[in-house]
Amino acid sequence: MKISCEVDVRHLTRVEGHGNIRISIKNGQVREARWEVVETPRFFEAMLVGKLYENAPYVSGRICGICSIGHTLASIRAIENGFAFTPSPQTAKLRLLLKHMETLQSHILHIYFLAAPDFLGVGSVLPLTKTHPEVVQQALRLKMLANDLCDGVGGRRLHPTRTVVGGFTMLPDKYGLRQFRQRLGASLADLEASAELFASFAIPDFSRETEFVSLHQEGAYPFIGGNLLSTDGVLKEEHEYRPMTNEYMADYSTSKLSRLSRKSFAVGALARLNNNFEYLQPQAAAIAGELGLRPVNHNPFMNNVAQLVECVHVVEESISLIDELLAAEWQEPRAHVEPKAGIGVSAVEVPRGILYHCLEFDGKGRIQKADCVIPTSQNHANIYHDIEELAVFCVEQGKDDRETELLAEMLVRAYDPCISCSVH
Amino acid sequence: MKDEKKYLGVAVPRPKVGFFELSSCEGCQLQLLNNESTLLDFLDLVKIVNFREAMKESSDAYQIAFVEGSVTRKDEVDRLQKIRHNAELVVALGSCACFGGVNQLKNRFHDLGWVKREVYGDYPIDSQEAQPLSAFIKVDLEIFGCPIKKEEVERIVTNLVLGKEVRHPQYPVCMECKAHENICLFDLGEPCLGPVTRAGCDAWCPSNRLGCWGCRGPAPAANLSELERIVARHDIPLERLLDRLECFGGFSGEAERLRTRLEAAE
Repeated sequence: MKISCEVDVRHLTRVEGHGNIRISIKNGQVREARWEVVETPRFFEAMLVGKLYENAPYVSGRICGICSIGHTLASIRAIENGFAFTPSPQTAKLRLLLKHMETLQSHILHIYFLAAPDFLGVGSVLPLTKTHPEVVQQALRLKMLANDLCDGVGGRRLHPTRTVVGGFTMLPDKYGLRQFRQRLGASLADLEASAELFASFAIPDFSRETEFVSLHQEGAYPFIGGNLLSTDGVLKEEHEYRPMTNEYMADYSTSKLSRLSRKSFAVGALARLNNNFEYLQPQAAAIAGELGLRPVNHNPFMNNVAQLVECVHVVEESISLIDELLAAEWQEPRAHVEPKAGIGVSAVEVPRGILYHCLEFDGKGRIQKADCVIPTSQNHANIYHDIEELAVFCVEQGKDDRETELLAEMLVRAYDPCISCSVH
Repeated sequence: MKDEKKYLGVAVPRPKVGFFELSSCEGCQLQLLNNESTLLDFLDLVKIVNFREAMKESSDAYQIAFVEGSVTRKDEVDRLQKIRHNAELVVALGSCACFGGVNQLKNRFHDLGWVKREVYGDYPIDSQEAQPLSAFIKVDLEIFGCPIKKEEVERIVTNLVLGKEVRHPQYPVCMECKAHENICLFDLGEPCLGPVTRAGCDAWCPSNRLGCWGCRGPAPAANLSELERIVARHDIPLERLLDRLECFGGFSGEAERLRTRLEAAE
């Protein structure tokens, strides 16, 4: 069938930040298929130059309104690595718990508020309050739990207040932690209901062979620190992030872009899962099985499903973390950290993929140079090439303008892009 | 959602509102979705006709526009002026919109060429100094904070819808912090802008043992020279005071003067 279609989406909706999709098909030939990033740059790396190290987590957390906790923790880890400081086991557990709740909050926001409306045939979550009130309540309960626990550990759900170099300014109270443990246990029922809902969604049957990059740790599903691993067999240490990301600029994007073994690669929940499937918690692994997710999966739309599986994983692991914290006596929340000259690199898995912060210090702990490589900037080129392939797929399937536009929008949304973050 | 709302038995209109973002982290808009327990009531108070981050449908027929972010490129000036033209009331949402926010930290170098090269090398990139909305349009109401506090936004929006006056506290964050009976952070060796920053956040950061960074801008009678004496009395380097004054743009004049003094003394 010779189809023609024009898609011109300027400022795609239900994503964080500003991007455009352009597809032009004439008589069955794809003339143009592009993903464009038009977000304004904010120059965070320049802002930090000359500032004392304590500014870095506070300022660079503000790169992102969704994953501010991830940025704050990545910045703190870069500083602590630079100053050769190892946080206490208590601090490491609290940070991981906080990180998990950001992952839960961000994934729930994405799969319910941003992605699900497409699968349910509506333009936003608002009409669902009438047609699917139980689904909306489920989503709000999960999101509220994640946010409340972020408040309890990090002091604030957005731009956290208690997270500092050396540990925390103050600790959560144990009575509160016990209550959170109960709520986490109860939330597994909501997540199972979410899995049933997802099983009813028609996930587009589209695949493109992709290189997936994530952190890798021996024996654990990785979130904070570890080695850098790709499905094409590249393995590097945390500080070798530059040869892992190879940033460059192109005319279609104000964000920097990345490549590794091929012309593009992907990071995020699907990449983490493809590289670390055997380390999933038991219920998370069971739900992945029920939803037909097995490594290595090359369908970008399955990132939605991978996020849901990770929601279950982080809830299960958070319950264990709280048990461990409750079993021990509280130690001092914050250790003194002595600045020293050098370079600190950190890699942290944030909701949308692997995030790198690199800071260079003088002897007084003043920042000489800063570099942040954002998950969505690593994904942009992959989205771009996915859109090209999706246009061909739409021609083969005889899709009309409306169907092609919707599929292209759903494809970009599946990556859960954080565009203002990627340009920063 | 009901089409008619009543307050004390009297019908109140549900104004059409739009949410917009310029250069920002979009966190303030996310804060609006963040009070899950009151979210549906909040959404019921207004008719949202434009909210790109949350919905596909959009319309230019809005009465109140909430604008997040600062202005850093020419196309943002154009978008902002169009929003001003469409809306009866423009609300600056968050510190970036009110003062330039963290984005204005790049302005302190007074060298946009260096700033661009530091991040993008020789690749040409379009950007200008970060400015608040009020540098380009008339702003009717400011909601301060980085991030904004949802409870405060709910109160302000409720007052707007009911036609009540919106008032910001005249006293500083320090008052709210004292009311919480917190340990004074200066006694822990931590610099804090609580004595000079406009209240309304309920001492959000100091109550979590983080000194105030002044994200809400100066209180009407802020006494900066006394603050400087407090900092000196606690043997805290003035550089750390400067970092906080400089962070969000609310104290830009004071910060610029202090930077000049400290650099001259070095």
